[in-house]
Amino acid sequence: MTLPDAGTGRRGDRRPPVFLARRSYRRRRMMDACRMLPILGAALWMIPILWHPADTAADDTAPGIVYLFAVWIVLVALAAALSRGLTRALEDGEDEGG
Amino acid sequence: MVPFDLLVAGCIAYVILLFAVAFVAERRARSGRGGWLRSPWVYTLSLSVYCTAWTFYGAVGFAARSGLEFATIYMGPTLIMVGWWWILRKLVRIGRTQRVTSIADLISSRYGKSNLLGVIVTLLAVVGTAPYIALQLQSVTLSFGVFAAASPQGWALPDQGVTAIWVAAGLALFTILFGTRNLDANERHHGVVIAIALEAVVKLVALFGVGAFVVWGVAGGVGDVLAKIEASPIADWPLQPGRWIGLTFLSAAALLTLPRMFQVLVVENADERHLATAGWAFPLYLLAMSLFVVPIAVVGLERMPAGSNPDLFVLTLPLSEGNGGLAILAFLGGFSSATSMVIVAAIALATMVSNHIVTPLWLSLRAGGARAAGDVRGLVLTARRLSIGVVLALGYGYYSLSGGSEALAAIGLIAFVGLAQILPAMLGGIFWRGATRVGAGAGLVTGFALWLYTLFLPSFGSSGLISAEVLVEGPFGWGWLRPQALFGIEGIDPLMHAMIWSLALNTAAFLIGSLLSFPEPLERMQGAAFVHVFDQSRGTRGWSRGGAEPEGLLVMAQGILGGEEAQRFFQAAAVEQGKAGFLPDTTPDFIDRLERRLAGAVGSATAHAMIAQFAEGAAVSVQDLMAVASEAQQIKEYSAQLEAKSEELARTARQLREVNDKLTDLSVQKDAFLSQISHELRTPMTSIRAFSEILMEPDLPEPMRAKYAEIIHEEAIRLTRLLDDLLDLSVLENRKAQLTVQVANLHDLIERAITSASSTRPDRDFTFHRDLPTEHMAVYTDTDRLVQVFINLVSNARKYCDADHPELTIRVRRAGARVEVDFVDNGSGIPKKSQSIIFEKFSRLTDTSRAGGAGLGLAICREIMANLGGTIEYLPGQGGAAFRVSLPVRRGLTRAA
Repeated sequence: MTLPDAGTGRRGDRRPPVFLARRSYRRRRMMDACRMLPILGAALWMIPILWHPADTAADDTAPGIVYLFAVWIVLVALAAALSRGLTRALEDGEDEGG
Repeated sequence: MVPFDLLVAGCIAYVILLFAVAFVAERRARSGRGGWLRSPWVYTLSLSVYCTAWTFYGAVGFAARSGLEFATIYMGPTLIMVGWWWILRKLVRIGRTQRVTSIADLISSRYGKSNLLGVIVTLLAVVGTAPYIALQLQSVTLSFGVFAAASPQGWALPDQGVTAIWVAAGLALFTILFGTRNLDANERHHGVVIAIALEAVVKLVALFGVGAFVVWGVAGGVGDVLAKIEASPIADWPLQPGRWIGLTFLSAAALLTLPRMFQVLVVENADERHLATAGWAFPLYLLAMSLFVVPIAVVGLERMPAGSNPDLFVLTLPLSEGNGGLAILAFLGGFSSATSMVIVAAIALATMVSNHIVTPLWLSLRAGGARAAGDVRGLVLTARRLSIGVVLALGYGYYSLSGGSEALAAIGLIAFVGLAQILPAMLGGIFWRGATRVGAGAGLVTGFALWLYTLFLPSFGSSGLISAEVLVEGPFGWGWLRPQALFGIEGIDPLMHAMIWSLALNTAAFLIGSLLSFPEPLERMQGAAFVHVFDQSRGTRGWSRGGAEPEGLLVMAQGILGGEEAQRFFQAAAVEQGKAGFLPDTTPDFIDRLERRLAGAVGSATAHAMIAQFAEGAAVSVQDLMAVASEAQQIKEYSAQLEAKSEELARTARQLREVNDKLTDLSVQKDAFLSQISHELRTPMTSIRAFSEILMEPDLPEPMRAKYAEIIHEEAIRLTRLLDDLLDLSVLENRKAQLTVQVANLHDLIERAITSASSTRPDRDFTFHRDLPTEHMAVYTDTDRLVQVFINLVSNARKYCDADHPELTIRVRRAGARVEVDFVDNGSGIPKKSQSIIFEKFSRLTDTSRAGGAGLGLAICREIMANLGGTIEYLPGQGGAAFRVSLPVRRGLTRAA
C-alpha cells in the first residue's frame, strides 16, 4: 500500500518519492527474509538426500563437502547482509511480534 | 615426543592465564571500565561452548566413521542462528523482561510460576548433563594419556583417575570463584564469559593450526586433499536420509534447550543487538570449526596405523609427524573445549538446583516461611556453590563408574535427545497461548520417561540397568515394549527410534494436555506476557491490588538482594512516587517490579511464593484476566487508563492526607512546645529566683550558701544550653553557620563521639558492634559538627534503646563519592507513624522529660547534615531504630569558604 507523495514527487526528479512507510516496509521484509533463511538453508542442505549418495556407485564425499560448505557460506553471507538493517530496526524499536 | 612435564607445565600456565583473565575482567567490569566486555564479539565467542571436547576431538572420529554426517551437528545450530529473528530474539526478550535465570526458570515462569515444572526440567538437565561432563573429563584424561603413554595411541593410562580428579577440582574452583560472585542472573558473569571467549579463540586456532598443517604440511594442498578423499575409505557417502534430517533437527533443538547454551544465549546476553552479529558470526565460527574435519580424518586414516583411535587424530597426527608444538596447541584446544563446557554447564545447573530445589525446600521447611526468611542470599549462594561441587562430583562419579569406556562417546547425542524433550514445552510456551501447565508437565514427563527407557538406560549396555533379556524380549516378555523396538517397529537406528518416539509422544501429551486442561489465572497472564512479549501496549501485571506492608517487603528483599541493593531499589521507587525515605507505596506496579527483581536472583517461582506471603489476596483475579483475555481491547484499555488515573488520584489524595496529618501533628506539637518551652524556661527561672532570694539572707551558713549558688549556676547553664540550641538551630536553618572544614579520619570521629556520649546514662551496659577496618577513611568536612551529629545519635540510642542488653551497630560504607554511616540499635525501633516527624523541631516521642532535651537534637542533626551537603534519614526494617548519615567524602570548597 503506497500513496504518491504530493510534495517531492516532481517530474524529472530521479529520486524515489519519499514517503514515510517505505523504510519500515523494507525493514519488515528484511525481518521476513531473516525468518526465511533457516527454511532456505534446511531445504538446500536436505537436497543431497535426493542424490541417493548411498545407492550410487560414484564417490560423493568430495563434491558433497564442496556443496555443503558452499551453502554454508551463502547462509552466512545472507545473514551478515541482513544484520545491519535489522540492528537498526532493533535500535528504533520497530519490533512487532508477528 | 613432547616431554610430559612440559605439557603439564604448559597446561598449568594456561589455567593460570585463564584465572588471570577472568580476574581482570571482573575487576574492570566492577570499576565500570568494561565496555568491551559487552561487545557482540565476546557474546559470539561465548556461544562456542556449543563446541565441546566431543566436537573438538569427536568430530574427526565421527567423520572417519561415517563421513559427512558429522556436519549435521553444526548445521542445526547454523539454521537456528541465521533465523535469529524468529525464536532467539523472542527468547532473549522474554529472558530480559521476566528476568529468567535458567531454562528451568523459563518453563516454570511461563506455566504459572510452577515450581514443579522447574524441578522436572532441573532433573532432566542434571541427568542429561552429568554424563556429558563425564565425557569432557574423559577427553582430557585421554589426551593426557596420549602424551603420557610411550606409544602415541596408548590406551593404558597410568593415572587417569587422578588426572580426572584434578581437572574436576580445578574446574569446580574456577566455577565457584567466578560463577557465584553475584546472585542476580541478570548481572553477568564477566570473568567467566571472557575466559570462555578466550578459550573459543584457542579452540579455533588449534583446530585451524592442525588443519593447515595437515592440508599443506602433510598433504600437498587442497587438490591433493580432495584426491585423498576420493581414495579414502569414506570416499562414498553413505547418507541415511533419516539420520541426516534427524541429527540436523536434533542439533538445532540442542542449541535451544541445552542448559549451557541457554545460559550463554539468553541469560548472559547483555543486548539484543548482539544477536544480529552472532546471527552470522557464530555460523561462520561453526563453519571454520568443521572446515578441516574431513581432511584431518582422511589423512589420519591414511597415515596412522590401523586400529588407532580416530577420535584422537587431532592430537596423534601432529605427534606422529613430529610436530610437538602443534600437538600441545591441539591439546590446549581440546582442553579449552572441555573446560568451557563444564564451567558453563556447572553454573547453569547449579542455578537451577539452588533456585528450584534447595531454596524452595529450605523455605518450606522453615517455620514462618518467607516472612521469617532472613538471609536468603547467603543460603542461595552457598547452595549454588555446593551444587557446582555436586554437579562436578556427579560427572566424575559417572566417569569412574563407566570406567572411561567407549560407551561414553555416544553420550553426546544421547544427552541431546534428552534435553530436546524441553523443546515442545518451550516453543509451545512462547508461541501458543493455549499451552498449559498440565500439558507441559505431561509432555515433559512422557518424554523424559521414554528417553530414559529407550535410550539412556540401554546406553549402559546389557550389563547395565536394563538386562539383555529385556532388550531382546521386552519387559515381562511383552515384545511390543522392547526398549529399542517400541510397538514392534524394528530396524530403526536406536537413536532415531528414541528421538522419534519420545518427541512424538511428548508433543502429543503436551498438546492433548493443553487442550483438555484449564489454566489458572496466573498461567494465562504469564502466557500472554510470553507470547505477546513484543506487544508492549498490553501491560500484564501479576498483582491487581497493592497494600502489602512495605516494611516487611523491605526486610525480605534485604535478605535476598543484600541490604544496600534492596534499600537503593526501594528508595528509587519511593522517589519515583514522589515520596521521601525508603518506603514506597506498595502499588501493584511496584510489587510486580519487586517480584521480577527478586526473580532474577531466586527464580520466578520462589520470588512469587515469597511475595505472595505479603500480598495475600492481592494475586490475579478473574476480573484482571478479563483485561488480558478479552478481545474488546480498546474498551478495556480505556477503562484501564481511567482506573490508572483514579488510582493515581487516590494516591495523590493519600499523599495529601499524609502531609495534612503531618501539618496537624506539627501544629499540635508547636503548641505543646510553646507550653513546654515556657515550662522549661520557667522552672530554672523560678528556682534561680527562689535561691537568689535565700542568698540575700545575711546570716546564711557558708555551706548552704555554696550549695545554693551551685544550684543557681546549674540552672543558669541549663537555660543557656536551651537558648544555645535554639540559636544554633536558627543559624543552621538559615544556612549561615560558619563551617571549619578539615581532614579527619572517620574512625577517630566515631571514637570521639562514643567517648563523649558515654556520659549519657552511664549506668547502662552498652555493647558496640563495629567493623574497625572499614572505618578508616579520610573525610574532608566540618569535623566538630559531624561529631555533634554522631554524639546525638549515640546518646539517643543510649537513652531510648529499650532492649535488655542494648547494642549499637555502627556500619561505615563507601558509596561512590559519598560515605554512609549507619547507626542501628536493637531496641523496638520507631513506630511507622512517628518516622516521618522525628526530624521535625520540638518532636518528642516520649512525653517524659527524662531526656532532658527539648526535642531539638535530631532537628539540629538534620540541619547540620544539610549544611555539610549530606543527609540523615531513618532506615526502616533493620530490627531496631536505625539512622543513616550520608555525606560527601569531600565537601565542596565553594560552600565551605
